[in-house]
Amino acid sequence: MTLVVLLITFLSACDALLQSTTDPDGIVYCSEGSPASFNPQLDTSGTTVDASSHQIYDRLIDFDPVTGNIVPALATSWLTSDDGKTYTFQLRKEVAFHKTETFKPTRFFNADDVLFSINRWRLTDHPYHEISGGRYPYTDSLNLGELITQVKRLNGYRVEITLSKPESSFLANLATDFSVILSSEYADKLTSRNQKELIDYSPVGTGPYQLSSFRQDRYIRYKKHSEYWRKIELTDKLIFDITPSSSLRLAKLLTAECDAIALPAHSELEVIRKQENLVLDEKPGLNIGFWAFNTSKPPFNNPKVRRALGMAIDRNVLIEAIYFNSAITAKNIVPPTSWAFQADVRPLSYNPSAAKKLLQEQGIPDGFTMNIWAMPVQRAYNPNAIKMAELIQVYLQEVGIKANIISYEWSTFRERLTEGLHDSVLIGWSADNGDPDNFYRPLLSCAAIKSGTNRAMWCSQEYDLLINQALEYTEISERTYFYGKANELLAEQLPLIPIAHASRYQAHRKKLSGLVINPFGGVRFGGVKKLQ
Amino acid sequence: MSNVFFRYTNLILVTLFILSLLSFFLAYLFPGQAIENLTGLRIDELTELQNSQIKYAVDGNMFIQYWHYMSELFSGNWGVSFSSGLPLYEDVSHYLPASIELSAYALFLSFFIGLPLGFLAGLRHHKATDYGLLSISLLGYSIPVFWLALILILVFSLQLGWFPLSGRISLIFEIPSITGFILIDILLSDSVDRHAALIDALRHLILPTFSIAVVTTTLILRITRRSVIETLNSEFILAAYARGLTPRQVLMRHGVRNALIPVLPLLAMQFPTLLTNAMIVESIFSWPGIGNWLIQAIYQQDYPAIRAGMLAVSVLVVIFTMSIELTIRITDPRRRRAERAAI
Repeated sequence: MTLVVLLITFLSACDALLQSTTDPDGIVYCSEGSPASFNPQLDTSGTTVDASSHQIYDRLIDFDPVTGNIVPALATSWLTSDDGKTYTFQLRKEVAFHKTETFKPTRFFNADDVLFSINRWRLTDHPYHEISGGRYPYTDSLNLGELITQVKRLNGYRVEITLSKPESSFLANLATDFSVILSSEYADKLTSRNQKELIDYSPVGTGPYQLSSFRQDRYIRYKKHSEYWRKIELTDKLIFDITPSSSLRLAKLLTAECDAIALPAHSELEVIRKQENLVLDEKPGLNIGFWAFNTSKPPFNNPKVRRALGMAIDRNVLIEAIYFNSAITAKNIVPPTSWAFQADVRPLSYNPSAAKKLLQEQGIPDGFTMNIWAMPVQRAYNPNAIKMAELIQVYLQEVGIKANIISYEWSTFRERLTEGLHDSVLIGWSADNGDPDNFYRPLLSCAAIKSGTNRAMWCSQEYDLLINQALEYTEISERTYFYGKANELLAEQLPLIPIAHASRYQAHRKKLSGLVINPFGGVRFGGVKKLQ
Repeated sequence: MSNVFFRYTNLILVTLFILSLLSFFLAYLFPGQAIENLTGLRIDELTELQNSQIKYAVDGNMFIQYWHYMSELFSGNWGVSFSSGLPLYEDVSHYLPASIELSAYALFLSFFIGLPLGFLAGLRHHKATDYGLLSISLLGYSIPVFWLALILILVFSLQLGWFPLSGRISLIFEIPSITGFILIDILLSDSVDRHAALIDALRHLILPTFSIAVVTTTLILRITRRSVIETLNSEFILAAYARGLTPRQVLMRHGVRNALIPVLPLLAMQFPTLLTNAMIVESIFSWPGIGNWLIQAIYQQDYPAIRAGMLAVSVLVVIFTMSIELTIRITDPRRRRAERAAI
């Protein structure tokens, strides 16, 4: 008798343990790493953007994730002057900032916040410019600080931005993940408390979620911003479970410990497709994975050497082995979905014997040693740079070049790349907006060397002229002409070998509704909800 | 008796002294600047460095430096981690309880299962039950912990989906850390979903606890069994039978207590093994314990963290083993002198 009672208790306990109980309202997202800060103005890395841009902040204008059109956000409408140099924004009223333990906003969002957010990166003498390093990679690489001559407050809810020259991609830049709006009132408060550096680590924004706690390499917790201006579904809690290993992320998705995961590995896509309760979304990505040569170092300053190295590798094999065919071979630096894409550019073909001959002609001795830097993290544009470097190493051996593979921890890696310590590097770029300028300028313009996105350290006056001219026109057909010229120049000079454009994937559980791939940047959880 | 007590205290103090010396010199043995390895501050953070230079008196001789090191250690100032920049004392006191908790539950489970089964096997000596239990225990003892943990994950988490595979509790639940022991913290918290949180924490506990407990359980089973067999064959048991007691009475009055005596020291012997296994299992189940934390520190060459973590773990093991040993010496009169350091 006692045995029966015990057995029943035991079984019911087991039952309680095995049944997943009704969880409190919350979404768990398994992300791939810790953000460097909570301000995307300071960092172009996708991890930082995912953790901050669409969760904590809003922008003046947004990209519609489906159509790619620019839609109103904190600005309800905008006007462009006839000469294309002046933009006037009408701001949204009654938009509340986050209320945190240390900061209680006394006013709604207004023109002062826009001025503060733009001037922080634009003016080098701004009191907040030097806080957190004083580097603004995205805006610096596009030279936006010089482009904007004035940001003027017309009244509390009207802002006028004047440019030095008409530039057709300006609006697109304001809609990127990096053009977030910070609170000027919060900044003033921090100044008076002498805690300026907190602005990027204990952030205050107008976004759908506010940061509640962050533990390096463990988790980020957000809670609902109850006075969010958009009338969309929000869950009480949003949690980023930081899980660097991609197989562990997948495992956690399978056991329902995560509701959605970042960057599913290409080798794991089949597993996700086979699961009935998982959803795999796929979209062609606005990205490029490439092999860049440090053109400031001999012999890589010689375009013929670069061409020879490019001919030594078989890119189709790389795509099969590294991307598991979820990518296409790149011809230009822009993907085929962009209007600046040119199909008739002569692609580099695999020809090791010609490559070897060319190398000899250029005086590269047999047994020449170079290094290939392979980025330590996985990105959509290059899911496994180290493996790719190993394959390239073998190809180079066939043409008599000895290659060493070098990799550092991610932030050190980028720092040393910016210093130009590499011979060549396997890295890539994900665009933040649909405008082709977002590829051409940050990747290869002279200004981008300093801001650290021009990995080839390549500076060509001719190229800079072409891409600047392209911006002076608003008609796409006219701009295409200049980008076509730029494509030809790149195909001849080859500061980098374009390798692949990868598709973007996102996996989540079927219970999660409303999560869409944002082709123009970071993940967004506003409007996502969990079905019970 | 005070003599014994004095000797043990002395032994503990000397061991701890050597450990502290070792951890101090580790800072010099690791690559890089000793002052960086001690404080965790980078050399380019000059003003802070100047401060800590005074604290550690790096310019003084070794004895002065060691003296300063110890006084900082006792005031809870263990330096900061290279990788996270958080104070190590806080980190260790956050992660260590998680490991202790896991080991404690595993130990409890091992005794709970191992002792009765050991008695059963001992009493059914040379019978099918005995052989069955013995072979199962051999199997359990031979399975490597990391392999078992992975198999458990494969079957119960990924295939059946019964249990979660990582962490102590779902991140959805926000449990403030008061004692560092998750189950106690849940009971102390005033969260609305205390019941759900408790169940969730238990679900997270089951697989790691089980994988650690298997080896210890089989050990306890085998030792209990042998002890029971030996005890039941001794002369006082025969004498008890001669007095006309029933087998049940013999077992309850004379057998159990005498058979248990050699099992208790096991607790002391098992603890280091248990903690080592816990560390392996922690990194497989992403359990936020000291083992996982130390392994991450080793990966990232976080020397201050390695130093502090090793010191904390070894001090814990030394104090625990020594106290158990002392308790046994005090409670078991047979062990007066013969085996002094029988660990």
